[in-house]
Amino acid sequence: MDKTILPYLISGVSVGGQYALIAIGYTMVYGILRLINFAHGDVFMVAGLMMVYAAAAMPLSLAIPLVIILTVLLGFTIERVAYRPLRTAPRMSVMISAIGVSYLLQNLALYITGGLNKNYPQIPWISDRVTVLGMETSRVTIITPFLTVFLVVLLVLLINHTKIGMAMRAVSLNFETSQLMGIRINSVISATFIIGTFLAAVGSMLFFTNYPGVVPTSGAMPGLKAFVAAVFGGIGSIPGAVIGAFIIGIAESLIKGLDTILIVNGTITEQIGLATFSDAFTFVLLIIILVFKPTGLFGEKTTDKV
Amino acid sequence: MKAVRTPEENRRISWFCFFATLAFLGLVLLLDQLIKPTSPMYMLLTVLQKGSVYALAAVSMNLLNGCTGLFSLGHAGFMLIGAYTYAIFTIPSASRDTVYQYYDAAVRFSFPEVFGNAMGPAGTALGVLVAVILAGLMAAAFAYLIGLPVLRLKSDYLAIATLGFAEILRAVCQWQKLGPITNGSNLLKSFARVSKFKLVLGSTKLTLSTFVPVLIAAVSIMIIVKLINSTYGRAFKAIRDDEVAAEAMGINLAKHKMISFTVSSFFAGVAGAMMAMVLSIAQASNFKSAMTYEILLMVVLGGIGSTSGSVIGSFLFVAASEWWLRGLDSGTFLGINAPNIFRNGFRLVVFSVIIMIVVLFFRQGIMGERELTDVWLNRRRARQKKKEAGK
Amino acid sequence: MRKDRPCILKTEDITMQFGGVVAVNNFSMEEYEGEIVAIIGPNGAGKTTAFNVITGVYAPTNGRVSFDGKTVIENCPRGKMKKSYLGENAGKYTHVIEPTPDRLTALGMARTFQNIRLWKSMTVFDNVLIAKHMKRSANLFSATFGLNRAEDRQQREEADALIETVGLADVRDELSTSLPYGKQRRLEIARALATEPKLLLLDEPAAGMNPQETVELTKFIGEIRDQFHVSILLIEHHMDLVMDISERIYVLDFGSMIASGTPAEIQANEKVIDAYLGVTDDA
Repeated sequence: MDKTILPYLISGVSVGGQYALIAIGYTMVYGILRLINFAHGDVFMVAGLMMVYAAAAMPLSLAIPLVIILTVLLGFTIERVAYRPLRTAPRMSVMISAIGVSYLLQNLALYITGGLNKNYPQIPWISDRVTVLGMETSRVTIITPFLTVFLVVLLVLLINHTKIGMAMRAVSLNFETSQLMGIRINSVISATFIIGTFLAAVGSMLFFTNYPGVVPTSGAMPGLKAFVAAVFGGIGSIPGAVIGAFIIGIAESLIKGLDTILIVNGTITEQIGLATFSDAFTFVLLIIILVFKPTGLFGEKTTDKV
Repeated sequence: MKAVRTPEENRRISWFCFFATLAFLGLVLLLDQLIKPTSPMYMLLTVLQKGSVYALAAVSMNLLNGCTGLFSLGHAGFMLIGAYTYAIFTIPSASRDTVYQYYDAAVRFSFPEVFGNAMGPAGTALGVLVAVILAGLMAAAFAYLIGLPVLRLKSDYLAIATLGFAEILRAVCQWQKLGPITNGSNLLKSFARVSKFKLVLGSTKLTLSTFVPVLIAAVSIMIIVKLINSTYGRAFKAIRDDEVAAEAMGINLAKHKMISFTVSSFFAGVAGAMMAMVLSIAQASNFKSAMTYEILLMVVLGGIGSTSGSVIGSFLFVAASEWWLRGLDSGTFLGINAPNIFRNGFRLVVFSVIIMIVVLFFRQGIMGERELTDVWLNRRRARQKKKEAGK
Repeated sequence: MRKDRPCILKTEDITMQFGGVVAVNNFSMEEYEGEIVAIIGPNGAGKTTAFNVITGVYAPTNGRVSFDGKTVIENCPRGKMKKSYLGENAGKYTHVIEPTPDRLTALGMARTFQNIRLWKSMTVFDNVLIAKHMKRSANLFSATFGLNRAEDRQQREEADALIETVGLADVRDELSTSLPYGKQRRLEIARALATEPKLLLLDEPAAGMNPQETVELTKFIGEIRDQFHVSILLIEHHMDLVMDISERIYVLDFGSMIASGTPAEIQANEKVIDAYLGVTDDA
């Protein structure tokens, strides 16, 4: 039975790591702006597409840093153009603006690719097949969780021990007061978007290496799931988002193989198509947590003042 | 400015709206007869059909998001329920086995047939109507169940939870174990669709393919407007403006949010049924969150909180994306021929840029929070003032 | 004191604990029909919290509230609070009754807010009219399809009469937020009165008012009591107003009641003077 579950478990941990890298972007932006950045998943998709085009035009050693820089630039620009002008507007307006940006990016991708599936380039070494614990997989599957944890530790150090990190913490605690205390809100927010999109760019390289290609809607589902991971872990909390992402990645992967697992186990005798629910289960998890602990696993409780 | 109305003005406006709608319906019926599918103006009918579907969807979303202030993103899910309910109950029994080719269909009757056999042609129409209403009721029932846990959540949490439920509904509809009902991930077809709607009076045959969806949308929107203008509608707006104050003034939050949610979902279900009859297919994979976003953008385009704005917004949206900007996709636009730029997808890019401009710089949308009737009323008052000053 | 009359509001040992902070500690009070009673105390004494408990915004950690002869709120330390409860009388109350604020409003309590909470996109008239929604008999269908015309007309007339009475007729069709501060306060009171309450709770009605406006308000509150036959419970900082119109006063300090009595008694009470002026160790 272990032999049946193991591949799903390993791929789940890997997917979880990729979600974690996206989820951090969501959770940091939400922590500071109280905004669900619906466009974040699409930025992730655009990073994938840029990689496709960049890899065709230049060697990978150039393409990878270029894609990361361009993605960061995109995230920075989105904030400047679409969110900053609405800083004093009601929250619903900003959320709608985010949905608008997501719509724009998807349509732009549709126009450029002509709606065709673009094959993601093979990145040497990480795309190689390796054998781990008696099962064959690509190296990226094994690397992802380690790389994720490494980046997260780096990020936590940054937030806890640098000046900009302190400013971020202050702004997420109280926006107005931080402003009054002389913190340059705009640069803090820009820094947040830069970090978030950087991680999304790295995440996209890990994610798409394991998938056949990129289409304009490739970012929507991973984006939503990463957001759910952020909510699940308690939005605003980075460790929460990472743990949430791993849980969701593993759960999703196990459900994809649940039919097979249950058949081996003897619970059921034929395929019953439970894999259909691999995406939906994420949302079931979301609703359960929202109903029973609306602030997520590690979120702080807030009360409305009357 | 939003006009404060006297009861007398209210009555005038009601009658005005009623007759304007009647006139519009008459016009649509006429167009339905005059424009043949081969005519270049046939696009107008397509826009009217799809536009009325989206108008109802947008107005029902506006009831929830604009009037009650509940930011919900589950609309596509409820439309899905509506579309499926309608489709399942109107597939003729003869076509069942071809539609459900991999499954053994569980529902083996269709309302238009059942009523048609009993009452003739009028029964067929009644059967379609029953299926449409059932579509709405089914969506409302799901909304009630979903609302119990999620309506307690605040703004963005509510948005993401409803979005999640819509995704769950979509997955459930595609599940192979429900295949006998939903046909799994395969599409539903062959059910009662608009191109078949006709009225035969002796030797004359009236085409109703545009008239029927427009009529359903008009009646539904009228009901929603009535609700918004009633004491319940005012209570919804109080909840939107200040929940704490509303509760302190004796408005039961849970109950009123639930009413708004289920009514909105009922009409989303009706819109879903209309969408099925207009597109003549129903497939779960079409009802993604992207559809909800599109409807939301229509509401924003028209002005959040304004019903007439939502209607204008959706017709503009549909007309622009399906008709006016078509040229952007096919090489020639406004006489400029540039097939390299104007190729597939460019229309949507231009369109999303326009929407971003509205979102960023014209946040009020077309109507703001006003209604068309407010504009009309303000004009009328200005005229009267002038007259009085003239005396 | 009007002890000859029935008791309209009675709180018994209400305690409100947030985490390790006891915001209100064993607060017991009574109010009789037709009375004007005030709760005073320094900033942070727990007055508004007590108000929020009485009106159902917060469920108390322990204690009971009776309104018009019926127990309407009751709670005892449960769950995690069972261990960390710092107040007294933990075992005295056993029921759990936690109504939402609208239920209490339906029973006849109505309140105003310290930081004005009018419905801002609506006119003065709409603000009052919506408060009448609770009194409707129409259901969703009859209201939507206009089968409740008579009731609707009656509610509109009542709303207009109320606006006339409180002196806002000249601004009837103005947006509520465009009114000057004093009139907004008046509108909040009118809106509360539209729910036809037996008990009116005013949370710092004179906050932010100048002396002239305060004098007018004092008169206004008295008039309301007589005209609408309501009992009034108010929280206030303006001592002139409190001493002028209240028949009895409860004084809170650090969540606990330190004194109660008539204005004259309170003015002479040393504990109250200490609480307001501060007391040094060697004094």
